[in-house]
Amino acid sequence: MSEALLEVQNLVKHFPVGAGMFSGPSAVVRAVDDVSFTIRRGETLGLVGESGCGKTTTGRCILQLERPTSGRVLFEGVDLATLGDAALRAMRRKVQVIFQDPYSSLNPRMTIGQILAEPLKVHGIVRDKAKRAARVRELLEQVGLLPQHARRYPHQLSGGQRQRVGIARALAMEPALIVCDEPVSALDVSIQAQIINLLEDLQQRLGLTYLFIAHDLSVVRHISDRVVVMYLGKVVEVADRQALYEDPLHPYTRALLSAVPIPDPALEARREHTVLRGEVPSPLNPPSGCVFHPRCPRAQGRCSAEVPPLREIKPGHRGACHFA
Amino acid sequence: MASLLEVKDLRTSFLTAAGIVRAVDGVSWDVQEGETVALVGESGCGKSVSALSIMRLVAEPAGRIEAGEVLYKGRDLLKLSEEQMRGIRGREIAMVFQEPMTSLNPVLSIGRQLTEGLEIHLKMTPHEARARAVELLGMVGIPDPQRRLAQYPHHFSGGMRQRMMIAMALACNPSLILADEPTTALDVTIQAQILELMRDLARRLGVAMLIITHNLGVVARYADRVNVMYAGRIIEQAAAGELYANPRHPYTLGLLRSVPRLDEPRRARLDPIQGQPPDLTRLSPGCAFAPRCAYRVERCAEVPPLEDVIPGHRSACWEKLRLVKEKAA
Repeated sequence: MSEALLEVQNLVKHFPVGAGMFSGPSAVVRAVDDVSFTIRRGETLGLVGESGCGKTTTGRCILQLERPTSGRVLFEGVDLATLGDAALRAMRRKVQVIFQDPYSSLNPRMTIGQILAEPLKVHGIVRDKAKRAARVRELLEQVGLLPQHARRYPHQLSGGQRQRVGIARALAMEPALIVCDEPVSALDVSIQAQIINLLEDLQQRLGLTYLFIAHDLSVVRHISDRVVVMYLGKVVEVADRQALYEDPLHPYTRALLSAVPIPDPALEARREHTVLRGEVPSPLNPPSGCVFHPRCPRAQGRCSAEVPPLREIKPGHRGACHFA
Repeated sequence: MASLLEVKDLRTSFLTAAGIVRAVDGVSWDVQEGETVALVGESGCGKSVSALSIMRLVAEPAGRIEAGEVLYKGRDLLKLSEEQMRGIRGREIAMVFQEPMTSLNPVLSIGRQLTEGLEIHLKMTPHEARARAVELLGMVGIPDPQRRLAQYPHHFSGGMRQRMMIAMALACNPSLILADEPTTALDVTIQAQILELMRDLARRLGVAMLIITHNLGVVARYADRVNVMYAGRIIEQAAAGELYANPRHPYTLGLLRSVPRLDEPRRARLDPIQGQPPDLTRLSPGCAFAPRCAYRVERCAEVPPLEDVIPGHRSACWEKLRLVKEKAA
């Protein structure tokens, strides 16, 4: 379990903006700002945070869909930035992705069968046509769809069924790691649980490792072994699931947990809610010191001056707060 | 007890290429003065179309309100002229939409969008309207309102835009606000801010609210009474506390069981509702939930009526008493 499958080391991704006609000197969006974490083989690592915190950009850097500004992504010990085209192609098979929106991530002009057969052909995984059809049937079955779904088009399927196709397409490559970027947030509540159970079953059966990117803290708690919390391009807390949810150390994590409404009116009436002041600042011009200090209920003078390092506060539990 | 709003047997349908879709199929519910009522359900269940029907904003000719009554302070809104209806929208009943970016006018300043309604509905002078606009922005927690009036929606963040929508909704002191997924597009910490703001303002100003949402947590925190919709019908209706403690419809029960909860020990496996959401163009006769239902019996081929389990708690299920017994066992 403890073997690292993927390591993200001091990852930085800045996007230059404002090179337009009317804007002055160009600025930089600090989407990901010095992020490090490890994903162990066979585990599910949850990556949570609100929009703009850099969680999706981190995922895209891991997939090599973005070139990091600096820092490294090591997959099975190999720095992905050093790979040539052929080696990168081979690596892409091992790291697959499931997108949030099952409506826009499937080609509307291809049947489900074609969508699933294409990567098998392109990557030369199954060269024989008849065997490819058999593999497509097998993939459909693995994700709980029927053989006849192969002849349908994406618009003929429901959202949940389409997300199953997205999962089957990722599985076609026989990956080691799947980056799941908000895989259930576009789905209806009654369907979300089906997809989560499916992801867990597949993980057990196929020994998969997941990076599960999401904003829903209840879902992340259910599926993750360990959790990374991001805020404004930085990691603010990393811990095992239980430690993070039962004993959150960072004020931001606490506020996030307190903001989640629980489906029980009696409990809600008793519960204390920490409502954070203000809004997430712009990553164009992040606050000095701790990026969370303008909204933090515990902020003091030191917080606006010094960046708190991500340090081990308890064994296996790291937080980036001066006062944790 | 006189209701502020009473919807009776409302039916709205749409003509689509695939046939007639009965988006709202005979629903009845009400809102009392000052109370917060929720319409809950998944996409396509008819909750938004219900709100649009009340405001008579269903897009014609494809959409049509076919039958029913919408009694607002005793007057049937469906019988009003378009002219009279304009006096209701924004003035008596206001709406807050899910997506504040697409429901605000991008080429009008914040100030103009706020003052327009005040000048038309309340016949305020531009000067009075401006003063009221500043007051409204302050009320919804937008700092520096004077300066903000000259800005445009794109200058505002998502949370600020939703505050602005709330300010617009409150502008003419309406008696009822219809909030259609008011926080779904927002981050969880901003969602909490906006919902607290709406609740505080509604209490302070005595405005009644209809919250339309798919989020069972939001309903639990903010609603007094709940209507659960499925495939165009209300399948369960109860006070919020009662509904969550004793769900009496298999769909409600399934929804509550399928979500992971932060306050409970983590379960090894989630307990989803089986099957797919209904295709409204191809509904089988009888109970629309039957194909996915673990409690299905032969009688489900007939539509079950929405009936009392106990006074004030209604369920549209032939097997509702079995749910009561099971709970007791």
